[in-house]
Amino acid sequence: MSEPLLQVSNLRTFFTTEEGIVRAVDGLSFTIHKGEKFGVVGESGSGKSVTALSIMRLIEAPAGEIVTGEIHFKGQDLLRLGDEEMRKIRGAQIAMIFQDPMTALNPVYTIGNQLVETIMLHQEVRKSQAVDIGIQALDDVHIPNPKVRMDDYPHQLSGGMRQRVMIAMGLSCNPDLLIADEPTTALDVTTQAQILHLMLELTEERDTAVMLITHDLGVVAGFCDNIQVMYAGRLAERGTTDFIFDNTFHPYTAGLLGSMTRLDEVREERLYSIRGAPPSLINPSNGCRFTPRCDFAQDICGSKTPLPREFGDGHWAACHFAPDLDLSRVKRAERVG
Amino acid sequence: MTQDTQTQDTDNPIQMPPERLLQVENLVKHFPITQGIFFRKQIAAVQAVSGISFHIDRGETFGIVGESGCGKSTTARCVLRLLEPTSGKVLYRAESSDGSSGSHEIIDIASANKAELRRLRREMQIVFQDPYASLNPRMTVASIIAEPLVVHGIGDTADRIERVKELLKVVGLNPEHTNRYPHEFSGGQRQRIGVARALALNPAFMVLDEPVSALDVSIQAQVLNLMGDLQDEFGLTYLFIAHDLSVVRHVCDRVGVMYLGRMAEVADRDTLYERPMHPYTHALMSAVPIPDPTIERNRRRIILEGDIPSPINPPTGCRFNTRCPRAEFPRCSEEIPALKEVEPDHWVACHFPEVKQVV
Ligand SMILES: Nc1ncnc2c1ncn2[C@@H]1O[C@H](COP(=O)(O)OP(=O)(O)OP(=O)(O)O)[C@@H](O)[C@H]1O
Ligand SMILES: Nc1ncnc2c1ncn2[C@@H]1O[C@H](COP(=O)(O)OP(=O)(O)OP(=O)(O)O)[C@@H](O)[C@H]1O
Ligand code: SF4
Ligand SMILES: [Mg+2]
Ligand SMILES: [Mg+2]
Repeated sequence: MSEPLLQVSNLRTFFTTEEGIVRAVDGLSFTIHKGEKFGVVGESGSGKSVTALSIMRLIEAPAGEIVTGEIHFKGQDLLRLGDEEMRKIRGAQIAMIFQDPMTALNPVYTIGNQLVETIMLHQEVRKSQAVDIGIQALDDVHIPNPKVRMDDYPHQLSGGMRQRVMIAMGLSCNPDLLIADEPTTALDVTTQAQILHLMLELTEERDTAVMLITHDLGVVAGFCDNIQVMYAGRLAERGTTDFIFDNTFHPYTAGLLGSMTRLDEVREERLYSIRGAPPSLINPSNGCRFTPRCDFAQDICGSKTPLPREFGDGHWAACHFAPDLDLSRVKRAERVG
Repeated sequence: MTQDTQTQDTDNPIQMPPERLLQVENLVKHFPITQGIFFRKQIAAVQAVSGISFHIDRGETFGIVGESGCGKSTTARCVLRLLEPTSGKVLYRAESSDGSSGSHEIIDIASANKAELRRLRREMQIVFQDPYASLNPRMTVASIIAEPLVVHGIGDTADRIERVKELLKVVGLNPEHTNRYPHEFSGGQRQRIGVARALALNPAFMVLDEPVSALDVSIQAQVLNLMGDLQDEFGLTYLFIAHDLSVVRHVCDRVGVMYLGRMAEVADRDTLYERPMHPYTHALMSAVPIPDPTIERNRRRIILEGDIPSPINPPTGCRFNTRCPRAEFPRCSEEIPALKEVEPDHWVACHFPEVKQVV
């Protein structure tokens, strides 16, 4: 594999709330390589967005705080950079697109204004050059009549078009890493297919690494080289996409795969279902956080935290019994056809 | 009863095959767009539903799929008469009003009077998409679930509490939790509360409008399993609305695909997924990701160009013609394709239907 681009080690990001301290990300380490398509999946509240915002240094103080960790990007620790240095990296070398493009676009400025501003902030170009780059960027994301569209306000565009503009903006400065936080969750499936296709095409062309955050295992299956499954602020499992789908070692990953309905299969009456709901991240109990919902849990699970262990080929799992569990009954439970 | 006593059209006696519970005929719903402050003048209309027909047999689950804004919820609300249909019929086989078991009468919900509607409301219930917004945060679980019983004057307080506990058990919640508030439950649990409330009056027919769309997959499976169990136990008939074609394949017996206010294709589940014939169905299915990397890498996607047109000014002829890879002009932009039965119980609204395997 190519050289490491981003190395996150032992990241802990907590929030202080009235009810107590939320341990949103609690000891997470991973590496993204140059040009890699890295997927992050997990249920709502598992810490996916907080991980992304931590990398971008957009965690809002004083409630939110990166408590421990290092985030090495191209050799330097982002957590040690001054605000000004970080601002230069954000947008230029690491860009981010969000689930709801409306929150990221300013409603009172035209698309063109915002594009040109981003470009001029990070590139040594004159305004007229920035306009040309902006038009080209809109053309790259297949927006018809890009020249005319530069004068549109965000509300004049459909959801899919806005997300294209965000991609155009994100890629306009040729970043090394694009963080896409649920970029298609708010879109219809045919629009989602358009957007994912576009993102893959453009980032392959430029060898841009992508950290794709989603709760849809179907989306990562087609897009990502490697995936990381998160549960309650921690790593459950990580590995190549093929390995995770075909050969998971973790009961939670297996449960997710087992509880999905699939377009290409008719299952018998009942889906596998993971009982209960994710735990609170305020004073979480000791041990594996999946214990109360796990069909394979034993005494040790409730008392001792399973640290992620590597099983070769970049395959990591955080379960006391990995790789010895027979998860086939969960993963392909009651499936026919 | 005054102007509400509009009853059925007598020279067109209502008929349905005996197994049929619901039959929707040419349903139209337009939302007027008005202008002016004192004399509101209609200047245009959102053509949300433009003449759709389908039927649901007793005990089956009929699915409606389609993308955002295509008119699924509007259809559901017209079927329950939570919205006034602009035109069309919604025939429903109701329990007979004389209470004799086994006897039925057919009522057109679209033109039913107040008394008929009140009676029908006990038989028909709806569960909404958003388990956060659809429950009153200031009411306890007991009062939320008992509300329909109170409205219909059923039982006394003690009876109702008993019934609430029973319902909580049915949907897999702790019957001791009657005095809790919605915020004390997770998303999946709140959706169960919504289901318990819908079950309170022993309905025969339930409309499920995106009941699992807001939930995580692991929780989705719990709720989908519950819906299946309840159907088996109480013989319920479902109208299941969703935009997720994978969920629909798992849950439904027959499925209708909507595009911009019209029905594109209707068929039984296996026919629809194995031999879809409408170009929009092909595009929709080919866009759904499959959680299998080998399959995903080798799939050929039909990527549609552009966006869904506005229902205020929809395309003439076939509404899909502006994006359809198979369209031929001028026929597709001039002539509305009728929903035709191309093989038994497989209905397609396209001038150039063709079987294509996309899954
Ligand atoms: N500003 C904040 N203040 C307090 N708690 C927060 C804040 N931001 C996030 N959290 C908490 O941190 C945890 C992780 O949240 P995060 O947004 O990363 O989840 P996620 O995996 O992105 O979920 P989703 O799929 O819903 O987007 C959650 O429990 C959330 O409530
Ligand atoms: N009360 C209303 N007034 C005006 N227009 C409306 C109203 N309700 C719905 N519409 C419009 O009617 C069309 C169909 O809406 P509907 O809610 O039925 O779509 P849907 O298929 O349920 O979409 P979704 O998947 O987003 O729930 C949309 O264009 C919508 O904006
Ligand atoms: S009628 Fe024409 S435009 Fe409509 S779906 Fe068929 S081929 Fe396409
Ligand atoms: Mg998030
Ligand atoms: Mg709807």
